[in-house]
Amino acid sequence: MARRYDTRTTIFSPEGRLYQVEYAMEAISHAGTCLGILATDGILLAAERRNTNKLLDEVFFSEKIYKLNDDMVCSVAGITSDANVLTNELRLIAQRYLLQYGESIPCEQLVSWLCDVKQAYTQYGGKRPFGVSILYMGWDKHYGYQLYQSDPSGNYGGWKATCIGNNSAAAVSSLKQEYKENETTLAEAQALAIKVLSKTLDMTKLTPEKVEMATLTRKDNKTIIRVLTSTEVEKLIADFEKSEAEAEAAKKQPPKS
Amino acid sequence: MANINLQCLLGIQCKDFVMIAADQSNSHSIMVMKDDEDKIHKISDKLIMGVIGDQGDSTQFAEYIAKNIQLYKMRNGYELGPTAAANFTRRNLAEYLRSSTPYFVNVLMGGYDKENGPELYFMDYLASSVKVPFACHGYGGYLSLSIMDRYYKEDATEEEAYEILKLCVKEVHRRLFVSLPNFQVTIVNRDGIKVLPVINSELLK
Repeated sequence: MARRYDTRTTIFSPEGRLYQVEYAMEAISHAGTCLGILATDGILLAAERRNTNKLLDEVFFSEKIYKLNDDMVCSVAGITSDANVLTNELRLIAQRYLLQYGESIPCEQLVSWLCDVKQAYTQYGGKRPFGVSILYMGWDKHYGYQLYQSDPSGNYGGWKATCIGNNSAAAVSSLKQEYKENETTLAEAQALAIKVLSKTLDMTKLTPEKVEMATLTRKDNKTIIRVLTSTEVEKLIADFEKSEAEAEAAKKQPPKS
Repeated sequence: MANINLQCLLGIQCKDFVMIAADQSNSHSIMVMKDDEDKIHKISDKLIMGVIGDQGDSTQFAEYIAKNIQLYKMRNGYELGPTAAANFTRRNLAEYLRSSTPYFVNVLMGGYDKENGPELYFMDYLASSVKVPFACHGYGGYLSLSIMDRYYKEDATEEEAYEILKLCVKEVHRRLFVSLPNFQVTIVNRDGIKVLPVINSELLK
């Protein structure tokens, strides 16, 4: 019976659900993890890299983090081909705004415009929704540093720290525990990102090839977007392992009486 | 109808404010129909636009820009700054210029930005747009520009700027063969928009 309601996106099931949209969300929960953390002096995105075949030609340094315009970066979780269409659309929206008003598009407007596109694909006939969730980080003159998340239904929201993709619920709950509001610096956020990723990813040891990270800061009235090099990521991982080992040692030490 | 140069727009931007003056004549052919026309349009809380050109074009264009900028404010909850608004206006002029129905209007746009302070933009019907400290449109402008150049000070007070505009209007009355008796004046500063007294021969006595 369920088949009657889940082959086309435009039809509600008797329980009032849109199966295709839910399936799209399901597709994302199998995708590589992405997380974003807002800090006082900047913002960061970190993503898990899945394709780490040594035969792969390294055409792109970053696989899942895309620059959208001078002031925004996004990272995607889901079907990569769908994501390419959406990032292209995002860049077009940003450039159209730049052409019309002569300044960068405010963050929420860009997210909102793209979500209109995403929503349309859950409503108009014969189309499949995009199997992509996106994290956006950016800066604008109205609200400063911002972090947004959008999903295949076309819903979006602003966050202080969040996560999409595989095992995201666990990551969000550990972010909730560890995130200190309004007192996290970018350096602390980077350490936190590595910590949460290493807990979330099903791996015994985190390697720089598996993680990509980008930061966005402001200096001299300009937005600076930087994708971290593998040496920098390696250092973050090493720092994390060191502090983890220290914590472990402290635990083993019998309490002094 | 090519009486665009018979009308006059003047604008001055100083450290704390931007002031725009516009003549108030509405003429058809050789006949003056009206001398209390409003050519300075309020676009938003701290943005004004002086428009001259064919009467229909002027009103239509000013309303179109004003309503679009209001729409932006309603959609997003914050206003478009003067720079973005001027860019938007120029873009529209440029797009209409290349359509079958171009707007034949010259524009001075003045606004107060909370970060960058007062700004004045000069735009013409060929869709050029320049940020300037002072500017004029029309034949009256030919007579006024040299006066502004002589007396302009970046840190002039509102009274001093108003005096410069009075000198300009005096020159227009004396030298220009067209009758432009009244000039309305509007100012934008950090507190918003304020209408100043009309400059006419009565006031200039």
